[in-house]
Amino acid sequence: MNFTLKIWRQKNATDKGGLVTYNVENISPDSSFFEMLDVLNQQLIAKGEDPVSFDHDCREGICGTCSLYINGRPHGPLKGTTTCQLHMRSFRNGETIFVEPWRCGAFPVIKDLIVDRSAFDKIIQAGGYVSVNSGGIPDANTIPVPKSDADASFDAAACIGCGACVASCPNASAMLFVSAKVSHLALLPQGRVEAERRVQNMVAAMDSLGFGNCSNTYACEAECPKEITVANIARMNREFLAAKLFAEKEKQISFSL
Amino acid sequence: MINLKAGSPQVPLPEQWDSYKAGCKLVNPNNKRKLDIIVVGTGLAGASAAATLGQLGYNVKSFCYQDTPRRAHSIAAQGGINAAKNYQNDGDNVFRLFYDTIKGGDYRARESNVYRLASISPEIIDLCVAQGVPFAREYGGLLANRSFGGTQVSRTFYARGQTGQQLLIGAYSALSRQISEGTVKLYNRRDVLDIVIVDGKARGVIARNLVTGEIERHSAHAVVLATGGYGNVFFLSTNAMGSNVTPAWSAYKRGALFSNPCFTQIHPTCIPVHGEFQSKLTLMSESLRNDGRIWVPLDKADAEKLRKKEITPEQIHESKRDYYLERRYPAFGNLVPRDVASRAAKERCDAGYGVGSTGRAVFLDFSDAIKRLGREAIAARYGNLFQMYEQIVADDPYQTPMMIYPAVHYTMGGLWVDYELMTTVPGLYAIGECNFSDHGANRLGASALMQGLADGYFVLPYTISGYLSNEIHTPPIPTTLPEFHTAVQGVTDRLTRLKNTNGKQSVDHFHRNLGKIMWEYCGMARNEAGLQKALGLISDLKDEFSTGVRIPGGLKEYNPELEKAWRVQDFIELGDLMVRDALERKESCGGHFREEYQTPDGEALRNDEEFAFVSAWEYKGGTATPELHKEELEFNVVTPSQRSYK
Repeated sequence: MNFTLKIWRQKNATDKGGLVTYNVENISPDSSFFEMLDVLNQQLIAKGEDPVSFDHDCREGICGTCSLYINGRPHGPLKGTTTCQLHMRSFRNGETIFVEPWRCGAFPVIKDLIVDRSAFDKIIQAGGYVSVNSGGIPDANTIPVPKSDADASFDAAACIGCGACVASCPNASAMLFVSAKVSHLALLPQGRVEAERRVQNMVAAMDSLGFGNCSNTYACEAECPKEITVANIARMNREFLAAKLFAEKEKQISFSL
Repeated sequence: MINLKAGSPQVPLPEQWDSYKAGCKLVNPNNKRKLDIIVVGTGLAGASAAATLGQLGYNVKSFCYQDTPRRAHSIAAQGGINAAKNYQNDGDNVFRLFYDTIKGGDYRARESNVYRLASISPEIIDLCVAQGVPFAREYGGLLANRSFGGTQVSRTFYARGQTGQQLLIGAYSALSRQISEGTVKLYNRRDVLDIVIVDGKARGVIARNLVTGEIERHSAHAVVLATGGYGNVFFLSTNAMGSNVTPAWSAYKRGALFSNPCFTQIHPTCIPVHGEFQSKLTLMSESLRNDGRIWVPLDKADAEKLRKKEITPEQIHESKRDYYLERRYPAFGNLVPRDVASRAAKERCDAGYGVGSTGRAVFLDFSDAIKRLGREAIAARYGNLFQMYEQIVADDPYQTPMMIYPAVHYTMGGLWVDYELMTTVPGLYAIGECNFSDHGANRLGASALMQGLADGYFVLPYTISGYLSNEIHTPPIPTTLPEFHTAVQGVTDRLTRLKNTNGKQSVDHFHRNLGKIMWEYCGMARNEAGLQKALGLISDLKDEFSTGVRIPGGLKEYNPELEKAWRVQDFIELGDLMVRDALERKESCGGHFREEYQTPDGEALRNDEEFAFVSAWEYKGGTATPELHKEELEFNVVTPSQRSYK
């Protein structure tokens, strides 16, 4: 198969950047999107040019390193699929493919197609955990968890932190990412203990890092490679509201004491 | 000859770890604050160690090459984690897990370390559940288990086919909590390129900031390597693209001994290689062998027709199928250990019964299980794996059998460590896959996650305190010491040399060639002549690389080709050591199969008289031949016998 590629090239964070056109030929339909880019990079190296930088690591759809808008869609045309699991058989022979980095103020470009997503780490650091130490833990089976809760928690925990939800959102909102973590832990008895504190801290971190608001376009759900649902956002809003009410009540009690 | 002493407590095996903990020296909280520890790698071992050491109050500096710790390759582990909980009441206990691991490793692991691992395993599950890891559960609300290869009990805990991901997110969360509390400082997008030794002790690392290209000095009172395995020496493997041996290799060059490098695990169930452009291989979890049956056609003619796509597998009648694992190993059937299953697949394909366009594939068939349990039940167990398979191969495994073939997956070899997980360099520790200690010559499925977390959460935090208790009077190590300066100079010189080579070939060209040599001569089957040949080929490749590699871009910028070049140069040197180790070990054991040493029915033939030892190689500088040292293995509890899964 042959393709024309229009790839975003940007030397570094301060460079303006722009689209550059490349052609690749004789690509196997069974090769992955990245293997196609590997072929392009080998051509560029042979010509003494700078290869295209892109983020990738496990190449099996689980580490969340890969990103890319492909023809304007995060992770390309297939539903529930990361870029690394996208194969060239999903494109037409001779097609022109546009390849760009995530575009969002909170994810600045580092080089070419690579962006800095450390804002996600900061949100998790604000409370995306259960505060337990490594030791003195009771037997795992002392807390039964209804299977349906464990399954729902797992569905939310399947988030790979790739940032497609933010990239797909017209407001660059991180609500799907944050709500997936809030739901994962709030659905389990282990995570309930500090659920109120967690949701407030994580939402505050999200707001302070420059992510936009949610206006219910559901683009995030449509583009999420792990098919995390917007039901998590609804759950987070409930959790957030309840936590706020709880905090108000706490304040009143402490005043009256 | 260096006298390698494991230093296991001199009490009966079941009492050793308790006895160690009772006697080990501690550091009081005020002093912990004054001690710095560097942890390289943020997979299960690294993240769990950094988080736990942070909780204890040490100053931890955590390094990873990824953009965030959550992406370390532990995340890709699918099937599960073993623990001797005996929740199924099916006869499991600590001793049995210990025994299965020693036997599964073909009697080439150290008893004391393995026993400790088995005894810690239940605590790991408790901690992970408390962290919110959403393990699979039964309708009653309690935890579910499944079976894995090489065992006859169900002791594997799992989170669908994404157990590694969920455990790593647990460890990453714990790490994130410590980062927010200020006990751990994170250095992401860093390659650790050298270990700094001051007065014989590990005192720091030299790292390259992958975004800016800056060479950084970081110091500490102790250095912990949790840098994973070296499977990418084969170019094609199930490892992540960035997985590398570099920090472990620099430790080797700084005096740490490297053990059993030839022990590599070829995983039986991977998606077969399909083209020259291929960049990596994808594993299909071993858990699939719980319900999938492995077969090839009984007639060569049928295999031929399948290869030409003249018939489909469904058209082959039950009586014309050879379920060769069930035939050869009736007691364990499709759940024999990985090395056995891989060799059996190779044997059938070599004999002309392989399927797929290349003839290097066998079927993994779920039709019986779907008939027995229904599509829903199979989807609940393996849904995401089936989906992944379909995305890559464009075949639906619910309709037609999967095609699989063995691929490089895990490396049992690694840095030599003692009972305390310290290498031969004082203050330098190795945990998780980058050490050699627990899996002998073959690792059992679902045991890597167990080892990584055991080392990080529960072993190292105790053992490192003994060492650090002698360091409480040592002030922070200045990075202005001459040793740091020399190390920075060495790193800068090598980077400049790489950049200025200006050859004609890309890094990948050399890496691919190295992979071909290693797979051909030091892969699933090895022999004297092939290994001798490989030594020459690797030596040629090393020379070609040093004059022929081309690296575009600059030193002081984001430059993935430069990163790869450094790693591949290390892999080439490691390849040489692996071949030497394979030559030296004139026996077959676990994943190391020397064709000259096999039983009449093709099973691995160990030689306990001469080879019941851990090889430990010492770097002798430059092109000098490395020196082999040996830790003799003592089996006080288990009696080595020929492994039988019949």
